[in-house]
Amino acid sequence: MLTMQGVSKSFLGVRVLHDVGLDLQPGEVHALVGENGAGKSTLMKVLAGEHTPDTGSITLDGTAHTFSHPGQAQAAGIGIIHQEFALLAHRTVAENVFLGREPTRRGLVDRAAMERRTAELLAEIDETGITPRTLVRDLSVARQQTVEIVKALASDVRVLVMDEPTAPLAEHEVALLSALVRRLTARGLGILYISHRLKEVFDLSTRVTVLKDGRHVTTVRTADTTPDDIVRAMVGRDLTAYYPPRARHDEIGEVRLTVTGGGNARLRDIDLTLRAGEVVGIAGLQGAGRTSLARALFGAAPFTTGAMTVGGKPLRPSRPRQAIRAGIALVTEDRKSEGLALRQSVRDNALLVTRAVAVRGRPPAGREVTALLERVRLQSRGEDQQAQFLSGGNQQKVVIAKWLAAGPQVLLFDEPTRGVDVGAKAAIHTLVRELAREGLAVLIISSELPELIGMSDRIHVMSEGRLVGELPAGAGEESIMRLATAGSDRAAGAPGAPREGAA
Amino acid sequence: MSAPTETPDTAKSAAGKAPTAATGTRIVRALGTGIPVYLLLAVLLLALLITDPGFYEPDSFLSFVKRAAPLVILAAGQYLVIVCGEFDLSVGAIVTAGVVVAAELYGSFPDAHWLVVTAILLVAGGLAGLISGLITTVLRVPSFITTLGMMLILEGAAFFWTGGSPQGVLPTAFRQLGRGTAFGWLPWAVVACLVAGTAAVLVMRSDFGRTLVATGDSDRAAALAGVRVIRVRTVAFILSGAAAALAAVLVGGFSGVSAQAGRGYEFEAITAVVLGGVVLGGGRGSVVAAMAGAFSLQALFTLLNLQGVSGALESTVQGVIVIAAVGLGAADWSRLRHRRTPPGSGPPDRTPPGTTHPTGTHNSGGTPS
Repeated sequence: MLTMQGVSKSFLGVRVLHDVGLDLQPGEVHALVGENGAGKSTLMKVLAGEHTPDTGSITLDGTAHTFSHPGQAQAAGIGIIHQEFALLAHRTVAENVFLGREPTRRGLVDRAAMERRTAELLAEIDETGITPRTLVRDLSVARQQTVEIVKALASDVRVLVMDEPTAPLAEHEVALLSALVRRLTARGLGILYISHRLKEVFDLSTRVTVLKDGRHVTTVRTADTTPDDIVRAMVGRDLTAYYPPRARHDEIGEVRLTVTGGGNARLRDIDLTLRAGEVVGIAGLQGAGRTSLARALFGAAPFTTGAMTVGGKPLRPSRPRQAIRAGIALVTEDRKSEGLALRQSVRDNALLVTRAVAVRGRPPAGREVTALLERVRLQSRGEDQQAQFLSGGNQQKVVIAKWLAAGPQVLLFDEPTRGVDVGAKAAIHTLVRELAREGLAVLIISSELPELIGMSDRIHVMSEGRLVGELPAGAGEESIMRLATAGSDRAAGAPGAPREGAA
Repeated sequence: MSAPTETPDTAKSAAGKAPTAATGTRIVRALGTGIPVYLLLAVLLLALLITDPGFYEPDSFLSFVKRAAPLVILAAGQYLVIVCGEFDLSVGAIVTAGVVVAAELYGSFPDAHWLVVTAILLVAGGLAGLISGLITTVLRVPSFITTLGMMLILEGAAFFWTGGSPQGVLPTAFRQLGRGTAFGWLPWAVVACLVAGTAAVLVMRSDFGRTLVATGDSDRAAALAGVRVIRVRTVAFILSGAAAALAAVLVGGFSGVSAQAGRGYEFEAITAVVLGGVVLGGGRGSVVAAMAGAFSLQALFTLLNLQGVSGALESTVQGVIVIAAVGLGAADWSRLRHRRTPPGSGPPDRTPPGTTHPTGTHNSGGTPS
């Protein structure tokens, strides 16, 4: 029914899809899996006309298509359900389903026809909990998703792309979605199903395609494979980068931060200990709660339950200021909007924390700032240069300098090298290790498994807001991915973390 | 992890290792986005000299500065609010209310010392700013609306209280600051202007001032760096209100009691700040340039007056200036950014977050998957 062949796509000279192919039969659920950034979403956006491929072809029912606009893909019969819904909360279900193509009668919207047709579509998929006149904002997330699906059905789609459809759903809603997916395939729709959760993939799909680093790895019948094989295909790669040596036993010192039973809206049962001199890695898929954990430790989105100690004293920070005073620093994932005041000078950025919070009396004087910027090996055209004109790596160094000025005891890094070029990346890795060696406790969150494995003395794996397992230094990517992709059923029953020898 | 077009940073000098270049850039940076306003001010002052050769007689020039003083003080206050990303439309109404309150105070206590009355006005102005600030920051009402409301409330209250024609006379002692002179030649208003200007510069060089600008640039980044964003912004409103009260003392002294004493000052102050190259929305611009903007505006009005252009056209001119200043500022930016940035160093990260780096060991994709 659908064939994609030789699809390549580059952004600003960087290839994110290399010659990827895929085909889909009517009535089939074809699962698409891969690590964060393997190219799944990009491939689906190419299919849905949101990106135009550089090379490659899309053939639907024997007709070749080149989509340059999502509307064309929709007209050809391709629907996509994004992770974020495109619904108008204050409009009714029927209005949303027919948004932009309302049936008209004598120039006016024919509400009756619109509602009748919506009711028919809802009946076809056995959805009884939604009426055409319900306001979307009054529906649960799962039902809003159903409305999205009905919206796609209303435009006679043949191929439905579902991008992480279960990510926003609760456990019992997942079962309902699975049932809905089966009903849709029974009607002859082909479904491309992107998911991190291998359990669903094995429950639902007929075939699985694995993407890695923008390349097609394999396509197999689900019945002929095992979750372990899929995980291996997802991560199989060589470590090419070199990382500074890990901490020796005698370099790991006193406990700097502990959390017991920490939880909030996004986190549950967090037990964590950070020690001086040690780099602890947090692995997990997108949405596993890694950033929430860092923000909770930093008091930006505080824990609501559980106990925390910092430097041996009980403190559960409820504001960043409290955390900063206690010696916690957070290098955020989003450097541009959360890490830097981009239009301010390097110096003003480096001094921001010490000016805002009297951590060590007065903010450092000019010479100390210069020393600090040399310490992080900043390369700039002077301390007066605006932060926005620095490269990503140097911006990150300014962020680190800003925190070092406050003399922290615990450094939290959320994606420390995202958007950083290779050279600066190595410099940051070296710097992080130096700081640990000087007695700081370091926590690193990274979506790049090689980085995480290369840097960490210990790795915690997160899934669905929990720490589901702890692995020693040098743990393999496969064991990390196995823990990270396990469904919540397995996650809940994994208190004794699997251990494995250094790889 | 960045686009291959980016050159390694090693070509650039290490931080702080180019002291001579730094001094040069420091001067340019000190002027910052304000360079056009200094040129404009110079041109206007030159034009005034040509139009009226007597303009630079000490007396005549000092009286020009004296007339400009309230606007300069208002511009300094307005700058504090604008640079942290807000507006204060209530300053004109605070001037009016201040003059009316002073007159009423003297009506009830004719023997009050001028310092006491001035202090009361400053505190009251700061209080008005505190209320606007708290409503804006804590209740998250946009400051445009908050201060518009504050302006209407104060104007209405002043009108209601006085029935439209304020009674009472301000005693000479109180009016000294607005129209008197020190040592027989230096107007007190000029002294007040210098003091307020110096204070504004010192505030902006303090830790508070730097965090204020950073807050205007990115309040999320500031909050995550431990800045008390609510407090910092509220203090800016308080200072703006107090500056407006000081302007009220000068205006009251200079032109006496009137229910229209401060009318239009809020927009003149905003115009002055914008003219000074201060970016609306916050994060960029210097207070000295904002005050230079106020002088420029006053010089322009004086010039128009000397040329015989009707005073009624002042607001028209002001409207043109505001639009032109913001428009030119925005246009300049995009061009300057390209010119100032050597190839390879700049605007970093046009790359979508995380893309394949050349070794291909990892790819976090242009888009999350």
